[in-house]
Amino acid sequence: MLNYLAKRLALSIPLLLGITIISFVVIHLAPGEPVELGTELGPKSGAAAKQALRQLYGLDKPLHVQYLTWLSRMVRLDFGRSFSPDGRLVIDKIAERLPITILLNVLELGLILAVAVPIGILSATRQYSLFDKATTVIVFVGFATPDFWLALLLMILFGVHLGWLPISGLRSLNYEYLPLWAQQWDLIRHLILPVLVAAFGGLAGYSRYMRQSMLEVIRQDYIRTARAKGLPEEKVLYKHALRNALLPVVTILGLSVPGLIGGSVIFETIFAIPGMGQLFVQSAFARDYPVIMGILVIGAVLTLLGNLLADVSYSLVDPRIRVGREG
Amino acid sequence: MVVDKLKRAWISPFWRQFKRNRLALLGGAIVILLFLAAALAPLLAPYDPAEFDVKKILEAPSPAHPLGTDQLGRDVLSRVLWGSRISLLVGFVAVGIATAIGVLLGSLAGYYGGWVDALIMRFVDVMLTFPRFFLLLAVIAFLKPSIFTIMGVIGVTGWMGVARLVRAEFFSLKEREFVQSARALGARDHRIIGRHVLPNALAPVLVSATFGVAGAILTESALSFLGLGVQPPTPSWGNILTDGKANIEIAWWLSLYPGLAILVTVLGYNLLGEGIRDALDPRLRQ
Repeated sequence: MLNYLAKRLALSIPLLLGITIISFVVIHLAPGEPVELGTELGPKSGAAAKQALRQLYGLDKPLHVQYLTWLSRMVRLDFGRSFSPDGRLVIDKIAERLPITILLNVLELGLILAVAVPIGILSATRQYSLFDKATTVIVFVGFATPDFWLALLLMILFGVHLGWLPISGLRSLNYEYLPLWAQQWDLIRHLILPVLVAAFGGLAGYSRYMRQSMLEVIRQDYIRTARAKGLPEEKVLYKHALRNALLPVVTILGLSVPGLIGGSVIFETIFAIPGMGQLFVQSAFARDYPVIMGILVIGAVLTLLGNLLADVSYSLVDPRIRVGREG
Repeated sequence: MVVDKLKRAWISPFWRQFKRNRLALLGGAIVILLFLAAALAPLLAPYDPAEFDVKKILEAPSPAHPLGTDQLGRDVLSRVLWGSRISLLVGFVAVGIATAIGVLLGSLAGYYGGWVDALIMRFVDVMLTFPRFFLLLAVIAFLKPSIFTIMGVIGVTGWMGVARLVRAEFFSLKEREFVQSARALGARDHRIIGRHVLPNALAPVLVSATFGVAGAILTESALSFLGLGVQPPTPSWGNILTDGKANIEIAWWLSLYPGLAILVTVLGYNLLGEGIRDALDPRLRQ
């Protein structure tokens, strides 16, 4: 198992390098420079000022030199300083926002799994029943619902018309003056809509995967064998079929990390939540190269970790995949 | 004669399965209706989608304006109808680009194997490791947002699934007798790939392209909603929803209807795709 892990980790290093090279080139070759945004307002700031800024940021050097400089800092976990006027360390900027994004995504995934797995199992074991047909329709509608639109509708219903829930930010204006329990309740109230909306989209996908995977498994010969030898149906389903049917779902869970991170951009923008997605959008518009690169790298690392997690859990459940042991 | 053969071997059994699936037929009907709506938008739309009317700002739905008006007094129904053209265009062009890249790279990887395959598949891995929406945003924020940028970027970041699919099909097809006999007769690689293997690998590509159109339409609407896609005054479902968010306290109709249009469209393509897949894949039939 350790061998396998080491091998997988070693494999992800070139992948990570490839990602940083592509992001670096795409970002730096795209038109628009950070120095333009800083200087276009002042009429006196001419070519000289731009050149000075370029030198300050190291943008006057050839691209591969810039990349190598960036990479050598990166290995020492030095993400550099933001180009924005506050000039703060990139790592600080990300560190204060990452936990919010992760909290949202963990809550979202938990909710998705808790609902989607049972739905998937039930609709597979009762294929073509009324329950299966109803959930199929709901799932299809869920798949097709743009999540930002659902967010708007829920904001209109619960925020504007009923006035039950806040529709933006994570804290109320009077947050500082509330007692601790009220602060927590305030946070929860702000999280309800974003988490619900975020989970809704994934719900359709996961229950569908679960159903599909369960359907494929219960048609296998060994399930027929288990039934033929007289095992009770529950034991066949939950002991023999479920374990194998969960495999693809586990993989998809690990592979869904990029989608989750991407989704955060939309939710954080709509609900004005100060997370990493919102920071990314702001930085992209401000051409803040160090922050953009920092977030892309962290996103890629999280994605690779997700893939690794998927593979490892897969190999724990299915010993055939443990390549390391064969040799 | 070729058509007859195709019909007997492929289309007829397919259609027999497909027409039994009521949801798939519904999806097909929605897609056809959408094509008609987009083609006939100038005739169907009651107003000019860009026509301002300061006396009719943010009016609730009424017989004169069935879906209400926006903050400039423009007719929402007309804008939604014209917006269907944008969705359709973006969906098909983006998926066209993605499918072309995916089929090309997938064929090369699957046919040649070895280091060609290793190289292409590592590239696929790298592309899949990007949070796609981040990459989309990064590129679009730097380029000038327009409908062409959108189509290009969605296409260029969305081909990996197709490449994997085509590669897998090639692996299972390339050692079959009919390919070997073509090779024995001296056919060149490009002919074997294009005339013998690829046509047999196209069914799953068709299914994935159908789902791809739905995905591209969703992505376009999300990007336009964030102000990074199709720019006003050109109406797109996504950017009408931006107006909806700006007027969220007053005008629910501005949020409700464009989103409903997206939902029905995406639903149509997904049902159609699912129907095609079920009709093609005998394993899932009962």
